[in-house]
Amino acid sequence: MSKATCSLCQFWQSSIGKKLVVAVTGLFLVLFLAGHLAGNMLIFQGSEDFDHYAHFLHNMVHGWGIWGFRIMMLGALALHIIATIQLTQANRAARPARYESDNTMVASKSSRMMVWSGLTILVFFVFHILHYTVRTSAELAELANHGYNWAMTIAGFQNVLVSVFYIFAMTLLCSHLSHGVASIFQTLGLRSRKTAGAIQTFSKAYAVIIWLGFISIPVAVCFLGYGKEELKEVRAKVAVEKAAAKDGDSCCPKTCSDKH
Amino acid sequence: MSKLNLTLKVWRQASQKEEGRIETYDAKDIPIEASFLEMLDIVNERVINDGGEPIHFDHDCREGICGQCSLTVNGIPHSKDRGITVCQLHMRKFKSGDTIWIEPFRAKAFPLLRDLIVDRSAFDRIVAAGGYIDVRTGSAQDANALPVAKTKADASMDAAACIGCGACVAACKNASAMLFVSAKAAHLNLLPQGAPEKDARVLGMVRKMEEEGFGNCTNFYECEAVCPKEISVDNIARLNRDFAIASAREALV
Repeated sequence: MSKATCSLCQFWQSSIGKKLVVAVTGLFLVLFLAGHLAGNMLIFQGSEDFDHYAHFLHNMVHGWGIWGFRIMMLGALALHIIATIQLTQANRAARPARYESDNTMVASKSSRMMVWSGLTILVFFVFHILHYTVRTSAELAELANHGYNWAMTIAGFQNVLVSVFYIFAMTLLCSHLSHGVASIFQTLGLRSRKTAGAIQTFSKAYAVIIWLGFISIPVAVCFLGYGKEELKEVRAKVAVEKAAAKDGDSCCPKTCSDKH
Repeated sequence: MSKLNLTLKVWRQASQKEEGRIETYDAKDIPIEASFLEMLDIVNERVINDGGEPIHFDHDCREGICGQCSLTVNGIPHSKDRGITVCQLHMRKFKSGDTIWIEPFRAKAFPLLRDLIVDRSAFDRIVAAGGYIDVRTGSAQDANALPVAKTKADASMDAAACIGCGACVAACKNASAMLFVSAKAAHLNLLPQGAPEKDARVLGMVRKMEEEGFGNCTNFYECEAVCPKEISVDNIARLNRDFAIASAREALV
């Protein structure tokens, strides 16, 4: 092993090194959330813009862009989770005997349940990928294969259980971010007495904006009936397309989704 | 003067190997002008008179500067009052009828010796791993010949106020020693005298800290809240930054 790789191992072995990995991957994930939310907000702009956006994402850099991004995302997520779990194990080991009378001065609830909010978000992440990316539900897969991503999203959120779990996970994400965003600054050494207040406010505000943005979709779709009528029209269209495909064999689902 | 009648729940443990437990003591007629340690002295005298083993606890100067006293009062090291060691806590802060839980500073890196006394020599070993400067003695230069910016001198002095009591470790949910280590490192790193050995100091002290079995900082800031010298967590941010730079230099230069 060369000297440089040895140093990398040593960096990963050290507590601060591992925390720096958590901070940098956390920063990546935090910025991803902002981008994801901005894209999602197109759902309120109408089906056409949203479907165009979905089409763009799937076809940027000849379809390689999204895979490049997915690999980066999974890498960041894996590092973030492995490092935090190892750190948590070390932290538990550092205090084998707990206090009989435990008390807290200033640490927030969010900061104390980071590992639990994080693991719940992980479960949500897996579900979310199966739901909207892999599309294990045949109905959602069909809508997406016909190029109706907007309709697929609306149909997904019409399920009450899905929407409730989504809102629950986003609430924990909000809690996770309220401590996590501020911690990025501290771990990267960018926080000082003068900036502490601003960082704290920014962190909480960011968490609340992400929360409000993401939950606005299931709330609108599931509880306020947003997109109900249009989804019916799209389903009718899909049925017609399917019938046409069966009859004339002129339009297979694949070419339909590539038509945009 | 009015007197207090209290119930104490005290951690008793004969030695590291034996199992510890909470024992209950009635502390009657405690004068409100007594300090917390004086209250324990009174209780101990009664225990001795009754033929029992007194409660063992660490103490020395009893004026808040030595860092020896190390009691966790109702789950908070040095009590919930800010900026004091437990010897500076007075019984007037309590009401008659209160139950007070008294426990040692708990951390794997602070092995318990007896009752409320823990071994904090891990801190000494961390300091020995870089918390010093190498200078030739006998030829010190004129004190004013080395200019130090006022802001740096102040920040260094604030960090140097650390008395090494270990409350930061005891308060941290992860038993992390980052506040102590960062204060000891910042105190020297901020000054021109400490600058030449900065990287070696940072790497040496952080590695020693990990070796001793302390936990990792997750930014709860409990340490700052209980620190009797009110050392700022700014020092931890500074240490994180210095560690990243020192690691990069070690790997690449």
